[in-house]
Amino acid sequence: MDTLELARWQFGITTVYHFFFVPLTLGLSILVALMETAYVRTGNEVYKKMAKYWGKLFLINFAMGVATGIVQEFQFGMNWSEYSRFVGDIFGAPLAVEALLAFFIESTFLGLWIFGWDKLSKKLHLTTIWLVALGSNLSALWIIIANAWMQHPVGYVLRNGRAEMQDFFALLTNPQLPYEISHVFFGGVVTAAFFVLGISAWQLLRQKEFADFFQRSFRWGAVTALLGSVLVMLVGHGQGQWLERSNPMKLAAAEANWKTKDRCEFLIAAGIDEKNQKNTWSLPVGSLLSILAYNSPSGVVKGMTDLQAEYTQKYGPGDYIPPVTATFWSFRLMVASGLAMLALALLALWRSRNLIAPRWLLGLLVAGLALPYIGNSTGWMLAELGRQPWLVFGLMKTSAGVSLATTAGEVLFTVIGFTALYGALMVVDVWLLRKYAAQGPVEAAD
Amino acid sequence: MDLNTLWFILVTVLFCGFFVLEGFDYGVGMLVPLLGRDDRERRVIINSIGPVWDGNEVWLLTAGGAIFAAFPHWYATLFSGFYLALFLVLVGLIVRAVGLEFRSKHTSPAWRSAWDWLICVGSLLPALIFGVAVGNLLLGVPIDAKMTYVGGFWNLLNPFALIVGVTFVLLFLLHGALFLGLRTEGALQKRATSTALGLWLPTVIAAVALLVVAFFQTPLFAGGLAGWLLAGAAAVALVASGLLARARPGLAFTLTALTIILVTVATFRALFPNVMISTLDVKHSLTIYNASSSPYTLKVMTIVALTLVPVVLAYQGWTYWIFRKRLTTTSKLEY
Repeated sequence: MDTLELARWQFGITTVYHFFFVPLTLGLSILVALMETAYVRTGNEVYKKMAKYWGKLFLINFAMGVATGIVQEFQFGMNWSEYSRFVGDIFGAPLAVEALLAFFIESTFLGLWIFGWDKLSKKLHLTTIWLVALGSNLSALWIIIANAWMQHPVGYVLRNGRAEMQDFFALLTNPQLPYEISHVFFGGVVTAAFFVLGISAWQLLRQKEFADFFQRSFRWGAVTALLGSVLVMLVGHGQGQWLERSNPMKLAAAEANWKTKDRCEFLIAAGIDEKNQKNTWSLPVGSLLSILAYNSPSGVVKGMTDLQAEYTQKYGPGDYIPPVTATFWSFRLMVASGLAMLALALLALWRSRNLIAPRWLLGLLVAGLALPYIGNSTGWMLAELGRQPWLVFGLMKTSAGVSLATTAGEVLFTVIGFTALYGALMVVDVWLLRKYAAQGPVEAAD
Repeated sequence: MDLNTLWFILVTVLFCGFFVLEGFDYGVGMLVPLLGRDDRERRVIINSIGPVWDGNEVWLLTAGGAIFAAFPHWYATLFSGFYLALFLVLVGLIVRAVGLEFRSKHTSPAWRSAWDWLICVGSLLPALIFGVAVGNLLLGVPIDAKMTYVGGFWNLLNPFALIVGVTFVLLFLLHGALFLGLRTEGALQKRATSTALGLWLPTVIAAVALLVVAFFQTPLFAGGLAGWLLAGAAAVALVASGLLARARPGLAFTLTALTIILVTVATFRALFPNVMISTLDVKHSLTIYNASSSPYTLKVMTIVALTLVPVVLAYQGWTYWIFRKRLTTTSKLEY
């Protein structure tokens, strides 16, 4: 493999890994803040226990997110120096703002929250966790502003061989942004919800102790799961429609749709022959893709071969078709996990009125812990793979962005290094989460 | 003053903040297994930076982000050029961050001891490598006409850069030991102070070696009186910190902080207006002009930075105020 391929693998591995931890941080910070709010409002100790118990799991997860986050900021320069030169003018700005505006708030007030239970007044302590939630979600906003620009560049001018910022406000009002940030935000909410649901279900299955505590947590999780899964799908639907206008090639690849057609069908599954640009078999649902793209059965959805011809004319000769198989199945896995979460959320909410939900449902919810992680990872694979061959859509190809100073051997070394380290840390992280989840809402011993 | 110069100063300020704050964090981190005799002592040592280390580390992220935003070519050349060195920094920072949060979450002595040593090594690596990087920035590095570093990894490990690396490690250890002396009581405080005193002479010797070699090999003293004044003041502050360590520990800590600031300022002053000097051809050097963002971006970022930095300073300062009370092995330890 050459430097480019290795650098892409490294970005994929480290980013998907980092994003195992981010969505839970985004959503669970809010849930813990709400639990502590309930405690401060009602004075009921059970809410304090909830905030502390889920807060402890939040912290274990947060540590992993912070530790792997530094890699994210460094690797643009390390592996993608030519990209950094080309976009630094625009892309660097939101990253710097993210650190200044979000990371400082998040990390400083988290320190206060952890160590401040006895040092701060109740209300002040509550404020610190809300600031953590705010800081975390602000950081998501700023990094998504940067990513939205890669998906849909705005507010720039090409000058001195690079994209220079012309309008900062245009970055903030990028039409791509509202879809992307709300999809990520609700993805975080739904991740936290299924985390709380899954662990509560697991505890209710294995013991009677703390049954009250985990039933209450279960209800919180169920309500949040329904809200989150409905909203993440609604904004995802909006995002799909926006995609047909902003980057139809990505949508066509996600649907393995080679030819432009009206009343376009949706493929539940398909055998994809990328080389000959056709599908060998498929399971179609008539007109559904047109409905999804336009909310109406008639509507022309562009296909990849036509877009390829269009882009060749616009950008010069080249292959403009993304890796179709990976994009297609990422999309299907994401949607399937979303639908499964919606179904589970409905079941959980329906049964959360009972004293104890039936064991089969509890078992399903434990397994359901995996669903948001599948959805989040495949969602990003769809977003990033579907944009290929572009690094910045229409402006810079991925192959042009890679560092010149690094050798394939060096990048291979770091790919192996990060993968080994991350693998080992994952074992430790899951083991610790399980240990603390199992312990229940007790004050930890020394 | 143009915006390029202003941003060069801002980056200098961010690195000052980073080295002063993470300086004692790294020092304390290295001292965890060396100074703590039992589990409670080690936890006290960790808790002395517990509430603040994460916020301190954001200074590094902000400095990185600021270089990216204001001087993209600097960011691109530096980060891709010092590739393996930065990989080692990242490995260090990752195990350190995870270690600080995870070590007390399980009671097995083997688990805790393993993390204590990982915290130690994870603090040593960035301290050493950032010193080596600073040494190489002062020496200049081979950069070609495409602004690409062409020196490889082993080139970075030259004698001068290693002297700077060792000096950074010693200085941060001293800075951390003084910090620990201020934050603890009893036996631990005594041990921290005597450790600081023991570290003082080696640090001074390393610093003198650094200055002598720097005089012959780098622009640290070039360009008039300023270089001499900064280096001299740094040396005086360092010497004084050791002399005052017992009588005036607060002042001694302030003096090591001052030493770090002066070293950082002296380094950046020596580079100015370059940010990375090319040893292949001066024309290939990166400067605050040929490496910078557009004037528009610099303007936007200036407004953002001048608005936000004071706010950050205010609430971070407040955190230190909240946790100003000394820690003892009998005080209630979070986690």
